[in-house]
Amino acid sequence: MIKRVLAQTRVELVLTLRRGESVLLSLGIPVLLLVFFSLVDVLPTGTDDPIDFLAPGILALAVMSTAMVGLGIATGFERQYGVLKRLGSTPLGRGALLAAKTLAILAVELLQVAVLTVVSLLLGWRPSGSAGAIVLAMVLATVAFAGLGLLMAGRLRGEAVLAAANGLYLVLLLLGGMVIPVEELPGALRAVARALPAAALSDVVHAASTAGAVPGRAWAVLAVWAVAAPAAAAATFRWE
Amino acid sequence: MPPVPALDVSRLVVRYAGDVTAVDGLSFSAEAGEVLALLGPNGAGKTTTVETLEGYKSPTSGSVRVLDLDPVADHARLTPRIGVMLQKGGVYPGIKPIEALRLFAAFYDTPEDPAALLDRLGLAGVARTPWRRLSGGEQQRLSLALALVGRPDVAFLDEPTAGVDVAGRQVIREVIAELRERGTCVLLATHELDEAERVADRVVIVDHGRLLAQGTPAELMSAVERTTIDFGAPAGLDVAALSAALGAPVVEVRAGEYSVATPPAPATIAALTAWLAEHDLPLGDLRAGRQSLEDVFLRLTGEP
Repeated sequence: MIKRVLAQTRVELVLTLRRGESVLLSLGIPVLLLVFFSLVDVLPTGTDDPIDFLAPGILALAVMSTAMVGLGIATGFERQYGVLKRLGSTPLGRGALLAAKTLAILAVELLQVAVLTVVSLLLGWRPSGSAGAIVLAMVLATVAFAGLGLLMAGRLRGEAVLAAANGLYLVLLLLGGMVIPVEELPGALRAVARALPAAALSDVVHAASTAGAVPGRAWAVLAVWAVAAPAAAAATFRWE
Repeated sequence: MPPVPALDVSRLVVRYAGDVTAVDGLSFSAEAGEVLALLGPNGAGKTTTVETLEGYKSPTSGSVRVLDLDPVADHARLTPRIGVMLQKGGVYPGIKPIEALRLFAAFYDTPEDPAALLDRLGLAGVARTPWRRLSGGEQQRLSLALALVGRPDVAFLDEPTAGVDVAGRQVIREVIAELRERGTCVLLATHELDEAERVADRVVIVDHGRLLAQGTPAELMSAVERTTIDFGAPAGLDVAALSAALGAPVVEVRAGEYSVATPPAPATIAALTAWLAEHDLPLGDLRAGRQSLEDVFLRLTGEP
C-alpha cells in the first residue's frame, strides 16, 4: 500500500513539474506578482511597505493555484484521457490515489512556501505572529480549494476545466484579498468576497503574520468550504 | 468438482439509460491458458461485455464471474490478478513509457521487469519519449505492456491491434501466444477477423449484444458449407456451353470472374479444368476450398 502511494505520488509530482504551465502557475506568477508590486508601489495595500501586505496574500494565492487550478486541470484531463479509468482496474485503489494526489499537492505547496518566503524576506518582509495558525489555515484552504478543483474536474471536459479554473482563479485573485485588500472593495462585493474561501485564507494569513487577531468569521468560512466543497465533489464526481 | 472457469458470462444483459440494450443475454466462458476472441462488428456489445468483466459496469441482469470473483463486489481482490487494455487512452499524455511501466509495476507484488517488457514489445527505443509523441502503434503496445506488467491470470485486450502496423501486430501475436503458454486466460475483443483467426483458440461471434456462434476457428469455418465454385478466367467465356459441360449454371459475376452454382465436388472441378484446357484457356484464382472465417462472419452478421 505504501509502496503504491509513493510510486503514484512520485509520478504526480514529476508530471506536475514537467508541465511548463503548471510551474508558471504555481511559482512563476506568484513570484512575479510579489516582486513587481513590492517594487512598484501602486496597490492600495494600506501598509508602509507593500511587501507586508503582499507576502501573506501571495502565500494564499500559491495555495489556491496549486490546490484548485493545478489539481483541477490535471485531474480533468486525466479523466478525459481515461487515466483515472485505467487506474481503476489496477490494485492502486481510489483511497491510495487520493492520498497520492494529496501528498503531491503538499509537496508542491512546501516548495512554493519556501521559495515565496525567501523571496519575501529578501524584499524586506518581517513577519511576526503565529506560524501554527498560518499552517492550519493553509491546510483547511487546501482541502477547500481541492474540493472546488475536483468539483470541476469530475464533471467538465479537460478544456472546460482549464477555462473555468483559470477564470475562477482570476476572480478569487481580485476578490480574495491577495493583491487588493478586501476593505477596498465596494460594500456588496466586499460581503460576497468575505464569504469566499480565498479572502478567508488571506485574512488569516495576514492577521497571523502581523501578530493581529485572527477573525473568527474567517475560520468559520474556511471550515465550511473545507467540508462543503469536497462533499460536493465526492457526490458528483465521475471517474469516466 | 469441475474446475472453475477463468471467465464465466451467464445470460448477461446490460442496458443503458434510454433503454439501449448493449448486451442481450450473452453466455460464454473461458479457461486458464485459453485465448478467446470476442468477435463482432462495431457496436456489437464487445466493449460493454469486456467492461462488465473488468468491473466498470454492473450487469442489468445475468452474471459475470472472473476467477470465481464478482468484478464489482470483489474488485479489490480481483485487480491484482487481471490486466486491462482499454480500447482507447488510459495513459498520462506527458509520461514516458519506462516511467509508466515502473509506476504500474509498483502496484503489483511480483511484476515483470519494466525494461525487459519494453524491450519485448519493441519499445526500448522510445522508452523516454512522452506518450503523446508515440505513434498509434507504439501507444497500443505500451498499453499492452501496462496490461501485462503485473503478470495477470486474466488479460482483457480491447482491440489491441487497432492502428498497429504489420511488425507491431506480429509482436502482439507472439506476446499473446506467450501468455497462453504461461496459462493466462486472454479475452480479446476485436472486429478484425484476421486477428481472431490467427491468435484465438476459440471465437465467440456477437452482434447486437447476442451470441451468433462460438467454436474454434476451424469449427466455425467448417460449419458453413461452400455452395459455389468460383474462378477467374478471360472475360466473355461461353457460359452456356460451360454450364452444359458442368451440368450446373455458370454466371460471369464480373468481367473475368465466374461462379458455378454447385458444391465443389472433385468431379465438377475436374470437368471445369478439362473444359478450360480443351479451349486452351488459362485458369486463375480457383476457390473451392473451405470458407474463411470472414465468410462465416459476414453470413452470420448479415453484413454486406
